[in-house]
Amino acid sequence: MMPRAVNVDLQTDGTLQVDISDALSERDKVKFTVHTKSTLPSFKQNEFSVVRQHEEFIWLHDSFVENEEYAGYIIPPAPPRPDFDASREKLQKLGEGEGSMTKEEFTKMKQELEAEYLAIFKKTVAMHEVFLCRVAAHPVLRKDLNFHVFLEYNQDLSVRGKNKKEKLEDFFKNVVKSADGVLVAGVKDVDDFFEHEKTFLLEYHNRVKDASAKSDRMIRSHKSAADDINRIASTLYTLGTQDSTDVCKFFLKVSELFEKTRKIEARVAADEDLKLADLLKYYLRESQAAKDLLYRRGRALVDYENANKALDKARAKNKDVLQAETTQQICCQKFEKISESAKQELIDFKTRRVAAFRKNLVELAELELKHAKGNLQLLQSCLGVLKGDT
Amino acid sequence: MKMAASSERSPPPFPDAEDQESEPALRDEDSDEGADIFLGTNPLEAMADSTFSASDVLSDLPNDLLGEPPSAVFGDPLSNISKQESTSNPAKQSSKLPSDVPCDIFDPLHGTGMEPKDDGKNASLIDIVINPVTSAKDNLPVDDLLSQPEIDIPAKTKTEQPAELRSEERPKDEPLSVASSKPKKDLFEDSPEDLFSELPKTKAKTKPQMDLFGDSSPDLFMDAKAAADTGPGRNAPADLFSEESVATTTSKSAKSNISANSIVTANSKANGVHSDEEEQDIFAEATVELSLDSPHNNRKTLDTTKPSEPASSLSAAAGSSKAQAKTLEELEEEESEDKFELNISITNPEKVGDGMNAYMAYKVSTQTTLPMFRSKTFTVRRRFSDFLGLYEKLSEKHSQNGYIVPPPPEKSLLGMTKVKVGKDDPSSGEFVERRRASLERYLQRVVCHPSLLQDPDVREFLEREELPRAVNTQALSGAGFLKMINKATDAVSKMTIKMNESDVWFEEKLQEVESEDQQLRKLHAVVDSLVSHRKELSVNTAVFAKSVAMLGSSEDNTALSRALSQLAELEDKIEQLHQEQAGNDFFVFTELLADYIRLLGAVRGSFDQRMKSWQRWQDAQTTLQKKREAEAKLLWANKPDKLQQAKDEIAEWEGKVTQYEREFERVSATVRKEVIRFEKEKARDFKKQIIKYLESLLQSQQQLIKYWEAFLPEAKAIA
Repeated sequence: MMPRAVNVDLQTDGTLQVDISDALSERDKVKFTVHTKSTLPSFKQNEFSVVRQHEEFIWLHDSFVENEEYAGYIIPPAPPRPDFDASREKLQKLGEGEGSMTKEEFTKMKQELEAEYLAIFKKTVAMHEVFLCRVAAHPVLRKDLNFHVFLEYNQDLSVRGKNKKEKLEDFFKNVVKSADGVLVAGVKDVDDFFEHEKTFLLEYHNRVKDASAKSDRMIRSHKSAADDINRIASTLYTLGTQDSTDVCKFFLKVSELFEKTRKIEARVAADEDLKLADLLKYYLRESQAAKDLLYRRGRALVDYENANKALDKARAKNKDVLQAETTQQICCQKFEKISESAKQELIDFKTRRVAAFRKNLVELAELELKHAKGNLQLLQSCLGVLKGDT
Repeated sequence: MKMAASSERSPPPFPDAEDQESEPALRDEDSDEGADIFLGTNPLEAMADSTFSASDVLSDLPNDLLGEPPSAVFGDPLSNISKQESTSNPAKQSSKLPSDVPCDIFDPLHGTGMEPKDDGKNASLIDIVINPVTSAKDNLPVDDLLSQPEIDIPAKTKTEQPAELRSEERPKDEPLSVASSKPKKDLFEDSPEDLFSELPKTKAKTKPQMDLFGDSSPDLFMDAKAAADTGPGRNAPADLFSEESVATTTSKSAKSNISANSIVTANSKANGVHSDEEEQDIFAEATVELSLDSPHNNRKTLDTTKPSEPASSLSAAAGSSKAQAKTLEELEEEESEDKFELNISITNPEKVGDGMNAYMAYKVSTQTTLPMFRSKTFTVRRRFSDFLGLYEKLSEKHSQNGYIVPPPPEKSLLGMTKVKVGKDDPSSGEFVERRRASLERYLQRVVCHPSLLQDPDVREFLEREELPRAVNTQALSGAGFLKMINKATDAVSKMTIKMNESDVWFEEKLQEVESEDQQLRKLHAVVDSLVSHRKELSVNTAVFAKSVAMLGSSEDNTALSRALSQLAELEDKIEQLHQEQAGNDFFVFTELLADYIRLLGAVRGSFDQRMKSWQRWQDAQTTLQKKREAEAKLLWANKPDKLQQAKDEIAEWEGKVTQYEREFERVSATVRKEVIRFEKEKARDFKKQIIKYLESLLQSQQQLIKYWEAFLPEAKAIA
């Protein structure tokens, strides 16, 4: 359907390929058509499609998070909620202001906003697709039952959004978790690798968060500038159509030029958004997921150490030793299991990140060059014409 | 005779010798008979630019002219002439004075005669419409056209003088001069009552005679034609110049004076015709009127006064003007290509003083080859209020005549306060630069205007070391408020005055100007928003660059870390680009629009002047109507004692009506000419500036390509 905005996957083997082939925007929800091609025997067919909504994606994500089995993995970050409110509001405002502008301006503005809406829509779809692809490419998560149900079951999964009580619980859980996270993070890790990863991720996450916010602002002002050029073009056009004198023709030509350059400018902004801002945003969430993994491991470590202490105590008192031993063993196993997979996950995370940055930055540079060259050519030819005239 | 002497004194530039002579000739006469009158009328005409010397020199002669001849007589390259004359003055002051005046007026122009080659260019610079001609003589038409009153003086005094001469034999002439020449009203006020014996007749004659006294150029041209008609029966208008020369040779002084003047005006008129066709209507009208209005009255006046002056020099003048007419068209073309020989730059803004009394002084440097200036390069220091003062002076003198006087940049209390208070605030630096640039553009527009360049105040502004402090600009700083009031009253009068526009051209143009004004304002707002968004973009890019640099420093993959810091550097450079571009958006584009919004205001002002003039004419007509009705009533009531007064009043108002109509036509012609000039200039300005702007965009795209091309391998090197 469209090139994926953020390529975050390592090469996959092709046994399970997932994409979103279509999406439908309804009043307050978006319906994604999830298309799967697979040779895995667990699926009834090789190729099939189902319709899913954003809530179902969230359900899938949460089921991963809640699954203890996956504690040692970086859970692919859930796609952000589709947000068309701003765009819709603008469209509505445009409708109200219809009387105050000329027909051409109105049509132009409407087209602009529709284009904006479409861009947000596409972005939303892309984010959801990225999530599925990440899961499909993950050696363990791809085998998840819920995931398979998500892909194959052609009925409504009848997941519902969380109710107030659950949301409140989530909130408290988060508070406890972050308080705990501080506690856990304070514990010196026995493993240098994890100790390093911990400090790295803490810093990285904050910086990528900052960069993401700053890139958004930069792109927003770029878009505003492009809008201004657009309005300059239309005002010049009005000026140029006043009569047929020499200057007016001149104005028309310049207007035509601006009309073209502003399209390019807008595309520059859109591409920066897609290649840069979205990349940063994705890694904001992914680094959060990696942090979560480290938290889980840290938690397990603390549990393990506590179990050790409890075992020592039990042995000293010679009381409940067996129970303490089992707890200690369970904790130990859990910790080791998490550590084992987490190490690989973090290494993969880095590899994926470098690859994704490389791909996106190269593409960004190429697009920027393409647009700048397009702009340059427009300016050159226009200047040629204008200078020839004068 | 004086003129013989003066022509000997400056033999090489043959044509201007005639100018000297023809003008003195006029004044010599009136100095004999009506020196007082002449002096009395002058202040009234002091408004016109070239009368500067006439009025100033005449009224404050001992101080200005004699005291320090070279400086009072501005930029006089041939100061020896003026010196000689001025030194000879004291002795013959009363008799010769007026004759010196014209010399002084044209002295700077004589200078042009010394460098004939330059001169052609100068003339072209001086007036777009009036054709550049290779001899200094052409400066005369320029002056005359620009300052109608200048023509008035001779015209009035001349016609007066026959009136006085013949006052006994032809008393009916008296009321005419009363009606026409307002300034002299007091002088003649009493006489008409006794002299009015044949009222109906005078009434009939009033109108044609009026033309003589009227100050609009078509009249003078008519006179010239009339004069020509009196000559040996040549009527073909195409041969106008030669005709006149013939006419002038045959006729005697008073008459030749008329023709001299009219040649001058006719000349400039003809030039106007060459330069733009629209003017032809006016011209044509004038000639049509002429055929109707040139009855024996003119001839009588002319014939009855046969002074002793031989007019040989005048024929020469006419001859030269004829020659000049031939080259008019060619020169007209050259003129548009000729580059301006006057470059003005404003540099070195400097804060003078401290605290709230501090102000910025700017260095105004002029580079010119125009001989009207004393040297080729000179520099003065001016402060902002001086610029405002210049505008005030120019506007007072010229805008009522329909000229578009370029408005100066607005006073900015906030910006200046910042400059005064904050020392190293970047925004105050930007403010000063912005003001410097707009002052420069303002001044360039002023000197680009052929008539304004001639204004002594402009020259004084550029040349004089110390200007008297412009006082009333303090009020002008509150000018925003005053202007608002003015605009409000204008708007009201616009609503109440429903001008029955006879000329579609004006109607359409005004509409055009108004809608253009609206569009430009809109465009200005949008470009302004582009500037602020671009600035915002620049700031945000800088912030992002910093953020990416941080991200890069925490990235533990070396290649990616390196690429990210490269990206940060790239964004830093792009930030610079955006900033520069925002500067270009502003200085090249926004300021251009702001200038033109102000200028369009001035254009509308000139339309308003035209309307005011029309209104005055209409009002006079209404009053005349009322007077006539009153007269009819008196006739009916049979009150002969009051009847005479009523008739006088009618005659007076008839004169006014004609005068105002003339004025209206003159203002209309000026407005039309000015608007055309303005549009030409606007087209040129916009093309130049927008191309400049696009070039700046082009450059920034080129830079952008360079930057990204350098980055691409870095991105590819990530592994």
